[in-house]
Amino acid sequence: MLEIIDASVDFGPVRAVDDVSLDLPGGEVVAVLGPSGCGKSTLLRAVAGLEPLAAGQIRWDGADLAGVPTHRRGFALMFQDGQLFAHQSVGANVGYALRIRRRPRREITERVEELLGLVGLAGYADRAPATLSGGERQRVALARALAVEPRLLLLDEPLSALDAALRERLAGDLREILTSTGTTALFVTHDHDEAFAVADRIALMRAGRLVQAGTLAEVWEHPRDAEAAAFIGYATVLSGAAADLVLGAAGLPGGARVALRRSAVQVVREGPLRGRVLSSRLTPEATRLEVEVEGVGQVAAVLGDGVPPPGPGHQVRLRVRPERLAVIGDDS
Amino acid sequence: MKRTAALVALAAVPVLFLGVFFVLPVSGMVGLGLVSDGRFAPGEALEVLGRARVHRVLWFTVWAAALATAITLLLGIPAAYVLHRLDFPGRTVLRAAFMVPFVLPTVVVGIAFKHLFAGALAGLALDGTPVPIIAAMVFFNLAVVVRTVGTSWESLDPRPAEAAAALGAGGWRVFRTITLPALRTSIVSAATVVFLFCSTAFGIVLILGGLRYATIETEIYLLTTAHFDLPAAAALCLLQLFVVTLLLYAAHRARAAAPVPVERRAPGARRIRRTDLPAVLAAGVALVLIAFPVLDLVTGSLRHDGNWSLANYRALDQVGQGSLVEASVIEALVNSLRTAFDATWLALLIGGLVSVIVTRRSHSPTERRVRAGLDGFFMLPLGVSAVTLGFGFLITLDEPPVNFRDSPMLVPIAQALVALPLVVRTLAPVLAGIDDRQRQAAASLGASPLRTVLTIDLAVITRPLLAASGFAFAISLGEFGATSFLSRVDHPTLPVLIFRLLGTPGSHNYGMALAAAVVLAATTAAVMLLVERLRVPGVGGF
Repeated sequence: MLEIIDASVDFGPVRAVDDVSLDLPGGEVVAVLGPSGCGKSTLLRAVAGLEPLAAGQIRWDGADLAGVPTHRRGFALMFQDGQLFAHQSVGANVGYALRIRRRPRREITERVEELLGLVGLAGYADRAPATLSGGERQRVALARALAVEPRLLLLDEPLSALDAALRERLAGDLREILTSTGTTALFVTHDHDEAFAVADRIALMRAGRLVQAGTLAEVWEHPRDAEAAAFIGYATVLSGAAADLVLGAAGLPGGARVALRRSAVQVVREGPLRGRVLSSRLTPEATRLEVEVEGVGQVAAVLGDGVPPPGPGHQVRLRVRPERLAVIGDDS
Repeated sequence: MKRTAALVALAAVPVLFLGVFFVLPVSGMVGLGLVSDGRFAPGEALEVLGRARVHRVLWFTVWAAALATAITLLLGIPAAYVLHRLDFPGRTVLRAAFMVPFVLPTVVVGIAFKHLFAGALAGLALDGTPVPIIAAMVFFNLAVVVRTVGTSWESLDPRPAEAAAALGAGGWRVFRTITLPALRTSIVSAATVVFLFCSTAFGIVLILGGLRYATIETEIYLLTTAHFDLPAAAALCLLQLFVVTLLLYAAHRARAAAPVPVERRAPGARRIRRTDLPAVLAAGVALVLIAFPVLDLVTGSLRHDGNWSLANYRALDQVGQGSLVEASVIEALVNSLRTAFDATWLALLIGGLVSVIVTRRSHSPTERRVRAGLDGFFMLPLGVSAVTLGFGFLITLDEPPVNFRDSPMLVPIAQALVALPLVVRTLAPVLAGIDDRQRQAAASLGASPLRTVLTIDLAVITRPLLAASGFAFAISLGEFGATSFLSRVDHPTLPVLIFRLLGTPGSHNYGMALAAAVVLAATTAAVMLLVERLRVPGVGGF
């Protein structure tokens, strides 16, 4: 397993990664989630051996990796834009690591076909990378990275360069491929949907520091602070009297801050809260509203089933669904 | 720390090479100019710069170069338009023809114009005036303007011009208010380069100017070899160093001002219209200027004693007459090829190392500082003319601690230094263009550093490397400025032998020189043709 212990990375006077500790047990997929510039890619590069540590340790199965160059670590790295070798065919790209390890030619050919099949590109071996679409290129990059069954796969925003629909599909495929091959993977992204779609565990990073780490459920249900909640996709964070009011409406004890998803507040025929509709908009999923709730302020809400859509200015009743909010523990 | 150490180890070879073969000669030359009896005495140098003859030389250098630059632009811009915007049969061939003069060795150009003005155009009585010198400068530099301006004209978005026309602007007005401003940076850039080449012209001026018309470069040569006035030569070298650095800085500024190329809708070439007539005429004049001297040289080499004959070529394996002529043309050609071979691998080795060093990404502040320092150091040879270099070699490398006087490597080393900036300019951008993450991807897949270089760098650099070799080889074949100082009498390169044959009276020698010039031109052109076939973008562009 991978252990990152109190690791720091400096870029000149700037500390890009600050005292980060993170464990990655074998066979798990961990997503490091954070806004751009938070140091998550730098952490990944440090694990790959591409950035030197200013302090701390990175260990694999207990052995310190300091001084082990990238090519001896056995960690495959996959980039945002694939970084296929343009002058080599798709098959040659996928077989690159196998050729370095001097595997017999027949074995390489078979393995390349198998890997291309795994990523859904069977028969693409003779194509040139330039003739592939963005999604296909990322699939080839993944196949190339998986070729020698790396002890750890490092993925640097592997889906960010793709368009939304493709990203969603590929995220599912990626998860399936990683679990079916039992690959241990460290995965860096700024997209919370991507992180939740692919990873077993999530580590939140901000300004070089690790804010929170845990399973999907742990992080989702108990974001460490307001910013963390906002970053993993909660629409609103309330505190003080407003939070108490909302928590009370959800049947929960007050005295904490509360993060609300868009669908946490629902316009219904009868409910504990009152509010005035500011705007409403029909989306494929639901009717989304902005509501000025008495004693709470402006929050996002959705229309409950069977309720006629109210226009702007209408008075409505609302309820709060406890399974769609998160109580933020430390009210600091 | 380890990376910085590796960087220093990698840099050791080029640093040592440039230290011995560049810093030492140049500082020796500076010392000779400014230090007298162990004391700093710039008075002597100032005295040299105050001489009337030096003033004449300086003035001639400036006005001849300025006039030649103006004429080159006047003929080159219409030619660029005709060759890059108009469509007519034979366009590709004509474009190639316009590139020929630039790859000809300066000695060949000099002898071609000498033959032209002393032979076919003798009736004009212009031989011995500045006219042949300026004509030869224009001949030599038209390619620079056509290539630089033409390429930028070709990719010019036609829509602003169309918009202006739709607003009521006539053809000339569109050109003056829209097209010309859009081409401004490329024209300025070309003009600076042409002026630099003209003001540092050596071979052409030495052959055509004789003792009367001299530029700073030829004056340095004359002071050294004819008058043995080394302190005066050193003072002029200092002046030249200053002027060239200034011009290079101007050229750099002109290039840096060029806007970032964006993807533009490049128009197709169109057929010739009646309004294109002035441009076509100017291009025609330029074509005559290019074709006539070359054809005249070739026909001249085929005439002997007033008859058509191959006698000049049959004489190539014989030694000409005269005290300074101790080798046959064939021997000199073999010398040249050998020298060029050595100069090429040297230039590639040093230039390759330099390119790798300056383009790799730094990982620590120390490494970045070391790299920036090396980067600046490696750019130094750019500011020094070949003549200055040859002079510096002559005065510093012939005594301990570094005695290379009789080394057969002296000439190749000097030529390698002359070719070095070009090699670096060809290789460094390609290496810098490689995404570092490609190397990281290879490393993460298990490739060792050596294997990474083989997979990533070598795959991309192979063709530019071949092109740079060809270029370095061609430069070395035609190199005359530095070589003229260093070549031994019994072991001349072909350009040096041609110059000596010309300087020794006798029609036998003259005919032999013409034939030798044709052989040299053909050899260089063949090498350049191979380079051109590689189609490496940007090679030889300015």
